[in-house]
Parts: sequence; structure tokens; C-alpha cells
Amino acid sequence: MNFLSFRSMAAVAALSAVSSFALAQDITGAGATFPAPLYAKWAEAYNKASGARINYQSVGSGAGLKQIRSKTVDFGASDMPLKDDELAKDGLVQFPTVIGGVVPVVNIKGINPGQIKLTGQALGDIYLGKIAKWNDPALVALNPGVPLPDAAISVVRRADGSGTSFIFTNYLSKVNTEWKDKVGEGTAVNWPTGAGGKGNEGVSSYVQRLPNSIGYVEYAYAKQNKMSYVLLKNKDGNFVAPDDVNFKAAAAGADWSKSFYQVLTEQAGKDAWPLTGATFIMMQKSQDKPLQATNSLKFFDWAYGNGDKMAADLEYVSLPDAVKALVRKQWAEIKDTSGKAVAYK
Amino acid sequence: MAATLPASHYHQDEMPRSDPLGQPPSARRTTPWADTVFSLLAHGAAILTLLLLAGIIVSLVIGAAPAIREYGLSFLWRSEWDPVKDQYGGLVMIYGTLATSAIALLIAVPVSFGIALFLTELSPNWLRRPLGVAIELLAAVPSIVYGMWGLLVFSPVLSEYVQQPLQALFGNTPGLKGLVSGAPVGIGILSAGIILAIMIIPFIAAVMRDVFEVTPAMLKESAYGLGSTTWEVVFKVVLPYTKTGVIGGIMLGLGRALGETMAVTFVIGNANQLNGASLFEAANSITSVLANEFAEASEGLHQASLLYLALVLFFITFVVLAASKLLLAQLKKGEGSRS
Repeated sequence: MNFLSFRSMAAVAALSAVSSFALAQDITGAGATFPAPLYAKWAEAYNKASGARINYQSVGSGAGLKQIRSKTVDFGASDMPLKDDELAKDGLVQFPTVIGGVVPVVNIKGINPGQIKLTGQALGDIYLGKIAKWNDPALVALNPGVPLPDAAISVVRRADGSGTSFIFTNYLSKVNTEWKDKVGEGTAVNWPTGAGGKGNEGVSSYVQRLPNSIGYVEYAYAKQNKMSYVLLKNKDGNFVAPDDVNFKAAAAGADWSKSFYQVLTEQAGKDAWPLTGATFIMMQKSQDKPLQATNSLKFFDWAYGNGDKMAADLEYVSLPDAVKALVRKQWAEIKDTSGKAVAYK
Repeated sequence: MAATLPASHYHQDEMPRSDPLGQPPSARRTTPWADTVFSLLAHGAAILTLLLLAGIIVSLVIGAAPAIREYGLSFLWRSEWDPVKDQYGGLVMIYGTLATSAIALLIAVPVSFGIALFLTELSPNWLRRPLGVAIELLAAVPSIVYGMWGLLVFSPVLSEYVQQPLQALFGNTPGLKGLVSGAPVGIGILSAGIILAIMIIPFIAAVMRDVFEVTPAMLKESAYGLGSTTWEVVFKVVLPYTKTGVIGGIMLGLGRALGETMAVTFVIGNANQLNGASLFEAANSITSVLANEFAEASEGLHQASLLYLALVLFFITFVVLAASKLLLAQLKKGEGSRS
């Protein structure tokens, strides 16, 4: 019996050695679902360009972080950036890849996209359950002349933990003090009211199904499904529409030079869309498999150089060039076990 | 050999008994170790199942340990579920699971009984087969399809034709008011319960029909012969004869209702709050919260609390199973004293 198990173990070990040798070119990443379509597209194009294979599993930001902490993947991806002290504790580096926007959408009969204006305070009060009807004086004051119905607001939000919820609750915490005290921010929070849908699909099908509802989805999702979006008042006091120009305006206002922990909600700027967020990649600072790290960095370097058009096609906003330069500079922190920076050129 | 076999079979009665010729074979036909191997395999399969069960329980307990240490049994009646403040309690989900399953059984048992009764006692022969097949087909529909159908087709109907009239009717009646409050949007405990009922009806009905069919025709005919009505035959002959199978079928349905995930997630509304006992309110079930939150749950108390919930579900299913066995034992005892 002992002999048998020893032999089979040896066989398994030999087999895995062979396969890891054969797959040395392959890189594995796991994490956020929000950028998954883009990473898949980048991986496909990169495979054509270089022959290397990128295997990205969209298992969710939380699971992605778990996997990169335990080093089972070459890179993790999360919509929620880690604070600098958490990064230091886990020995990780993080850098942004693309920017996206979250969009509040409504389903009210006779209301067109962009017809309803909201402030962060009002949006927070709706999600707190304090504003329960569409013809609430606060909403009427914001939307003079708009035929708001005398109907209860059906609040819809994410049921699963998600980076989209993080951006949304982070924004509400910044603009609504009661929200900050009662609920706070996170990928999953204790929602005071409303029904939860799973994923963007779940939220959008709830919103489309329930009359007089409000929900929030990623920009690409709202655009593809032609949902009725809402104008939001930004930090500069302007009502802005969600589009890629305004997402970029929000990203331009952030100071990336000190830390990549940047949540792009409620940024200053005339056109800045207040519900903007970047999505991030996490990698181990000290690499026991430097070749894998090299290949990962090569991929992202290539994507920064060639991936902007693909990102725009999928309604993501690429990073400003200055931020990309900062990211490349930061890659010098990723080192092999001997302390030499991992090369990617 | 092959040529003689039919002949010997044919003339079996007339053939004289022959004396054995020669020695018995020195070696056994089958290889001597085959029996041992087979027996080992069969034992192994049985033990493996038990080991898996034990393994699952042990890993659930280990995973849930931080939450068990933190809250102990109070987890069962704490209603707060707040990942930001890292406070967890399972009351809302446990209530949601039990309430939706109870509604499902309340609807499914009488309907399934009716279906089985019709199929075995009342249906014209030509209808029996297609109807039976149709019900079995219902059981094969994937649960996510029920979920999508429930959300997109069923819940608007429920909202407009059931919930809104009910609210208009009982909205001001004390006592009933609490049951029908909340937004009548067709999403919540009631609609999850009804979807579950639709899902488990085929299971319960199929089992009931099968066991009704095995009731000996002689018993039924005798009852009819003594002047019983169909109703009396079913209640006094068929049901007592088949109660084990009927209860088994109901428990099968209940087990499925307790564990159902996808369909419930679609229509229950996934709200971790309990705003009174209203059947119209959005709520959550154990399986649904697990499916929604597990992937993104941060390590530590959040994940441990989810595993604790899984353990609770395990326990509930176990109790249901044990209760059904107990019930059957009681029924058997009653049977003995009656005769």
C-alpha cells in the first residue's frame, strides 16, 4: 500500500513537472468580473501578437485577492484598490488598468434617458429609504417640469459583493453623511432597503421589470441595454451625463503620483462624472517565479501600448499616458528573490 | 452443451436423475480473489460516502469556527448582517428558507395529491400517459429557467392580479395587514414560495402516483364493492396503504425546496432585512445568500458566517429527515395498535 501510494505520488509529481514546463509561457490571473471582457479581448490579441497565453478567471474581486495572496495565480484583479498599508502587509503591488463608470438607471414610464437629475444627497436618501416616492418635494425641486409620478420608488441594488457596489457606496459615503454613518462603503454592505439582483444582469432585469424603480449598473451595461440613465451633480456643481469623456475628466483630477489607492468618485473637474472608478491588478512584490512575472508585465506593457482601442470598443476608458508612465515606473518594485527588478522589456 | 440445453429443458420432467460422472472440477470457476475484490469495492463505496459526509461536516465546522466562537448560538436569532461593520446573524436567512419552504409545501402537497389521485383513479386511460410524462418533464426543467420565468413572467402577474388586490382587500384589516404590507412588486417570500411549489410539485406528484399505483387492486375493488365512494377508497384504503411512500415524496420535495438556490435568488429579492412578517417583503434564503456573497466574502468573520449558515442548513435538512423517520415510526406504531 505504501509502495503504491509512493509510486502514484511520484507519478503525479513527474506529471506536474512536465506540465509546468510545457506551460511556462502561460500566465494565470483571477479576480474582478468588471474588466473580464476586456482582459479576455486583450489576451486574445496578445496571443496573436506574441504567442503567449493569458488565462484570466473572472471569479470576483474578493476571490482574486485571496488567490494572489496565496500565490496560486500570477496576478490578481480587483475593482476595490487596497490601501497602502494593506499592500505592504501582504507584500503586493497594485496598479490600475482601465477606468469605468457606474450609472444610476431608472425605469419610469414617460421618462427619457438623462431627463432626471439627482444630487448625491438625494441618491443617498433614496437608497436609505428616506425618499420613498418619486414626487417627493426634494426630487421635484431638482427636476422642475418633469412629470414625476406619485409612486413608490422600487430600490434595486446588487445582491452579490461587487466592485460596482464599492464604487457606488464609496460615492454615497462621500456625499451623504447619514449614509456614511449608517451604512458605509464596501463591496457588500447592509443595504437599508430594496431588492438585490445578482450581477449587472440581475440589477438591470429587476429595473426593467419593476415599474418606478432605480438601480445602478456599469456604464457598458447601461449603454448596451439603452437604459434610462440619470444626470448627477458633480463636485463642481454641474449636472453631468455618464460618458467616456466625463469618466476621463474624473480620472484626470486624481493625483496618482503618491499612491495608486485612488477611488475616482466625486472628483473635482467641470465635467467629471462622480461615479467613476478604476480597476486594479495586484502582483506579488517578491517573485519566486520571475519568469511568470516577466510574462505578466510584458502583457500589461503591451496592453498599455496597444489596448486602448479595444478598451474603447468595450466602453472602458483607458488611462491617461502620464498614469501609464507612473505604473511602468512602479513595476521596478517587482523583484525576484535575489532582489533584482523583474525585466519586462 | 448448447444443443442439449433446450432438449433437456423441454423434457425436464421425464428425464431420469443421472448419477454424477467423474470428479468435481478441481478449480473453482471464478477466480478466488474476485469475490474479495468486489466485496472490498462495495464496502469501499459505502464507506466513501460516509467519509465524504463526515468530511463535509468537519470542514464546515472548521470553516465556521470563527463565527461559532464569536456568536455561539446567538447567531441563530441575530438579524443583523452587515459586512462593513463585520456583524453577522442568520435569522433573516433562516426565516426566509423556512418560510419559503413552508409556503411551497402548503401549496405543493394538496396539488400533488390531486394530480396523483387524478392520474391513478380518475383519469381516462388515453390521458394517463401523456399527462404523466408531462409532469415528469416538469421535473427536468433546470431551476434557473424557473427563476427567470418567475422574475420576468410570473412576478408581474402575481403583483398585478394577486398582491395588489390582496393589499386593497386586507390592507386595513388588523391581523392580516401585517402579512400583506410592503411594496406589491411580485418579489419576495410569497413569490419565492410559489415558484418553489411549482418546482417541487412534479417530484411529489410523481412519487405519490407511483405509490398509489402499487395499492393492490383487490383492496380497492373490495372497498368499492362494499359501496365506498372514490373519496372513501382513497382516504381509507389507498392513503393508509401508501403513507410511507407519500411522506417520503413530501420529504423529497421539502428537501429540494430547502436547498433550491438559483430560482429563489431570482425572485426572493435578496434583502438581508426583516421588516415584519409580510409575505410581500423581499427577504433572503440561506442558499441564496451563499450563492451571492461567497465569491466576494472577505476572509474572516464574513466567510465564517456564511459557512455557519451552510452548517445551519445542513442541520435543518438533517432535522427534517429525522422528523420524517420519526413520523413514520409513529405511524407504524399506530398501525400495530389498530389491528
